[in-house]
Amino acid sequence: MDGEPLVRWYWIGDHLAYLRDLALDHAVIALVPVLIGLLIAVPLGLTCARFPRLYQPLSAVFNVVYALPSLAVFVVLIPYTGLATRATVMVPLTCYAVAVLLPTTVDGLRAVPESVRQAATAMGYGPWHRLTAVELPASVPYLVSGLRVAAVSSISLAAVGALVGRGGLGYLFIDGFQRSFPTPIVAGIVLVAALALVTDLLLVLARRLLAPWAVREKGAAR
Amino acid sequence: MNWTNWTGWISTFFTDPARRSGPDSIANRVGEHLTLCGEALFWSALLAIPLGLLIGYTGRGAVAVTALTGVARALPTLGLVTLAVLLAGVGDTAVLVPLIALAAPPLLVATVEGIRGTDPDLRDAARGIGLTHRQVLCQVCLPAALPTLIAGLRTATVQVIATATVAAYVGLGGLGRYVIDGLATRNFPSTVGGALLVVLLAVAAQLFFSLLLRYGLPPGLRAQRAASRRSGGTRR
Repeated sequence: MDGEPLVRWYWIGDHLAYLRDLALDHAVIALVPVLIGLLIAVPLGLTCARFPRLYQPLSAVFNVVYALPSLAVFVVLIPYTGLATRATVMVPLTCYAVAVLLPTTVDGLRAVPESVRQAATAMGYGPWHRLTAVELPASVPYLVSGLRVAAVSSISLAAVGALVGRGGLGYLFIDGFQRSFPTPIVAGIVLVAALALVTDLLLVLARRLLAPWAVREKGAAR
Repeated sequence: MNWTNWTGWISTFFTDPARRSGPDSIANRVGEHLTLCGEALFWSALLAIPLGLLIGYTGRGAVAVTALTGVARALPTLGLVTLAVLLAGVGDTAVLVPLIALAAPPLLVATVEGIRGTDPDLRDAARGIGLTHRQVLCQVCLPAALPTLIAGLRTATVQVIATATVAAYVGLGGLGRYVIDGLATRNFPSTVGGALLVVLLAVAAQLFFSLLLRYGLPPGLRAQRAASRRSGGTRR
């Protein structure tokens, strides 16, 4: 490392297209699982809200899932999904996303004021219809805050996939380390953080569009 | 690759004589792993808890905490570890810094939230009977924040145990050695066995803190938790 500068700018200039491809691959590997996780967690959360007894055991299971180390799970999946495939990394990331999103969905549904629920019932909504048409939209702010956590941690976790051969920008860390060349590592850290922050910003904007009332309420409450 | 080999791999791994003694024994690797995690958690707690107490009690800098934890969550540990090793050379410090960056933010958030979540009436009453700010913080707010604090410690511990596996990639010990060496030499028993041990350790830590939360709290807090659970149950 003697005399090697932290960043050699020409390397970044020479590899712009390469970095773009890695960033796109990274975004797919990290964010598609969050979307699939959302599609799993919302129906599951609605079912838990409808049948509260299900929630305790399910949340215990996903608590354990969340505690599983990502590298260990990637490794255990290799015999099924293959070395260096997207699925090896995406399947565990989906499970982590569900583990984050299920409690936020249920908390969001539970935070709907009783008066709103009673009003909906009085207007003739059945339990399922009320859950999907009234309580779910009302819990969007909770869902988005869960999505922010899930998306950002998924983006930084996906980099670990590089150790099993498929980690998008994570490959830059391996590459830089093996050649004792810090430039790709720095570029990788910056790009991963940038990808996470941009995603986070987009989700905040999405909340403003989907739940404009939440912004006002939050300002008034705190 | 045949998935029915699973039990075969695991028994190969655990019956290997190298697992019982020497540098590659399970006891030694678990010891290395726990030492690394313990050090990281110790420094994180030393950094995050006093700062969290201060921020939570004064209410100043809470916005900065939210922003900081968002950024910290976005930083990839593998990148930080490899960079730190290139800059500082292989050693515990190179891995400790990224692990602290991972563990300190959840601890900080938990402390701040725990202190801020103390019933304001309780704080007023404590001030009213003549306690100084320091006494209110240490004798009222800190115990009341204990459940949140322990939950934060649980998150941090589980994350550190899971992530410390990455340390093996840059040449340090710990359970990651089995996983990384196994991957490098296509020795699947070693990889799967190591992964299993990390999972067991993480789940054990999770269980330990959950039990601590349930049975280890002062009696007053336990009653409070039970009451809040009951009201939570009737809400639906």
